[in-house]
Amino acid sequence: MSQFLDMGGYAFYVWTSYAVFAVVLLADYLAPVLRRRRNLRDVRARMARQGARRRNENA
Amino acid sequence: MANWIPTWLHRLGSPPTFYRFAGAVRPWALALALITGAIAAYGGLVLAPADYQQGDAYRIIFIHVPSAWMSLFIYFAMGVAAFIALVWRIKLAEVVAMESAPIGAAFTFITLVTGSLWGKPMWGTWWTWDARLTSELVLLFLYLGVIGLFHAFEDRRQGARAAAFLALIGVVNVPIVHFSVNWWNTLHQGSTVRLLGPSHIDARMLWPLLTMMLATKCYYVASLFGRVRADLVAMESGKDWVKALAVEETA
Repeated sequence: MSQFLDMGGYAFYVWTSYAVFAVVLLADYLAPVLRRRRNLRDVRARMARQGARRRNENA
Repeated sequence: MANWIPTWLHRLGSPPTFYRFAGAVRPWALALALITGAIAAYGGLVLAPADYQQGDAYRIIFIHVPSAWMSLFIYFAMGVAAFIALVWRIKLAEVVAMESAPIGAAFTFITLVTGSLWGKPMWGTWWTWDARLTSELVLLFLYLGVIGLFHAFEDRRQGARAAAFLALIGVVNVPIVHFSVNWWNTLHQGSTVRLLGPSHIDARMLWPLLTMMLATKCYYVASLFGRVRADLVAMESGKDWVKALAVEETA
């Protein structure tokens, strides 16, 4: 196992490469997931504001 | 004659239809990407033998080369979408082109960083102004230029059109990157895997490479569809289908 992790002495280069690959793609994947949720939250907030204004006008 | 292209795109190009389509496809694409990616990583890191010249350092190839392929493939896909957006003015094609750019930039960045991490132990330098490296760096700048230009406009459709135009011009760089190792005999090694003719690689090294290529392709679909969904919700925020969606998600 330690021999596998050592990567023939190139551990730093090999594992850093795989880590960069994983971290960059994870960030790339999560960013739009969060953006979509935020956008929908904004839509809900605007609907609530418009609903409140309509109620005030009717009162 | 070529009317079926806009007709087909028009049908799928309706935002609520595509939103649902993308939502249905995305989890499958992601699952496939994770499974094939894990198999490819196992094959590349564990099963494949060490290289006779480069030892274990060559194992960077299993992410470096698929990422490099994706950096070109996504640029090409972005160019096609940009062309469709400019010619037929289809809103969804604009979204696909603009949302492909950050994914392409991510893969180009990975390619440059892993290449650097591979170059240091093998060439003795993190960076050199070799033709392949330089043209790949230009590719990153093109992606960043497209992203920057898109966001530089107040009106998003105007920004998308300007950025699509830049993306289209930048397509000339794609063959330059691809053929740079043949045109200029510099430090970067030539192609190992060939579409035509035999590949210069052991089968035990080839299959993890091709499997990782499949994984990155699936990943692109998953990421792109997630991005397009986020974008459609913002773009169509005043429409009834988005309002219904917003209410539905709280329930």
